[in-house]
Amino acid sequence: MKLPAFEYACPATLGEAVALLASNDDAKVVAGGQSLMPMMAFRVSQPTMLVDLRKLSDLRGIRIGEDGVRLGALVRWRDIEDDARLAQAHPLLAAAIEHVAHYQVRNRGTVGGSVAHADPAAEMPGIAMACDAEITVAGKDGTRTIAAEEFFVGALTTVLEPDEIITEVKLPHWPAGRRWGFQEFARRRGDFAMSGIALFYDVGADGKAANAHVGVIGIGEGPHRLTAVETVINGRVVDAALIVEAGVAATKAVDPQDDIHASAAYRRSLTGTLVERALEHAAAL
Amino acid sequence: MSVTFEVNGQSVSVDVEPRLTLADCLRHKLRLTGTHVGCEHGVCGACTVLVDGEAVRSCLMLAVQAEGTKVTTVEGLSNDDALTPLQQAFRKHHGLQCGFCTPGFITTAHALLSEEPDCDADRVREVLSGNICRCTGYIGIVDAVLEARAAYRRADGGQS
Repeated sequence: MKLPAFEYACPATLGEAVALLASNDDAKVVAGGQSLMPMMAFRVSQPTMLVDLRKLSDLRGIRIGEDGVRLGALVRWRDIEDDARLAQAHPLLAAAIEHVAHYQVRNRGTVGGSVAHADPAAEMPGIAMACDAEITVAGKDGTRTIAAEEFFVGALTTVLEPDEIITEVKLPHWPAGRRWGFQEFARRRGDFAMSGIALFYDVGADGKAANAHVGVIGIGEGPHRLTAVETVINGRVVDAALIVEAGVAATKAVDPQDDIHASAAYRRSLTGTLVERALEHAAAL
Repeated sequence: MSVTFEVNGQSVSVDVEPRLTLADCLRHKLRLTGTHVGCEHGVCGACTVLVDGEAVRSCLMLAVQAEGTKVTTVEGLSNDDALTPLQQAFRKHHGLQCGFCTPGFITTAHALLSEEPDCDADRVREVLSGNICRCTGYIGIVDAVLEARAAYRRADGGQS
């Protein structure tokens, strides 16, 4: 369908963009538009004004430092894919982003857009949750930084206020030697995940795992951690027996939904398998 | 609103409503009807065009967002006389039947081959997974793109 009518603004500064949002009740931010435009075509979203961020070039950079990886809100999937530094600086992010959407969408879709949209099956919110990301937003009352765990409220719902714009997503420092795995299943590569697992853990001098983080996407109302699986992993050597145990724990920990893509039972079983495969990758078994 | 951009090497200024997609602007305002509109929500890939050399879905981009860019449509990837190597390969391998999806495949394949003329079959399939064809079953399309690689390895980008 054709889009509903709206006003269009393309501010030159972040301050102007925030002011436009603050002065228009039903204004929405558009960056790549790869989620918002389809929602408008379906009349799921009918903003009266679109505030285009494309001139805010300060939001485009990927900065890698001692404290982690900072992704500007306008960083595209394509930019992450093309940044060779990320293979070292954040291999889990690089692996997850390979699964985001299709070729053409990857040239437009942005980190900030995906996090603001908060699709339960989307990779970037899943990585943000799994990695304890911090999301910085700018609004009329200044900027604030929100932990991913607080940021995502439910399907397509975040704590973002109507006048706030995401400026940056920061992933904490990724130590060398950290073990990780990313597994996702969709009927077609690039389609929405029926289930996906992003996990990592560190290995101590005794060979035992610690600091396990296990995040799931495509299940339930939003990306979340599977603490029961993390408990299975922490303090133990990741071997074949543990991997089976972790997979079983995952099937018990998730509360999946039925929909046209897959039954709840299938998603439950699939999630267990994906946890096993992600751990096999992490442990190089 | 007035928007100015380049289409197939020519500068154009168009008066558009903000809600007009780039796809509809190309077709209805500029009469470049080679760009096809299938699903209108970013799933089928038929409307793929190049914006500053990168393949994008023109149904998921507003015409006003094209301000200052260089847009290439399937018309811009054709010669007046002979078929281009990519077109020739599609013909040879029966990479099209009804032809509705073909502009999207040609533009997408052109972007891929321009950047990655040595891509393998897996990469071709991955990239083309964003384009839907309901006739051919894709095998002919993939074969055509693989054959056209040779032309893109030359300096002229496959345009002769």
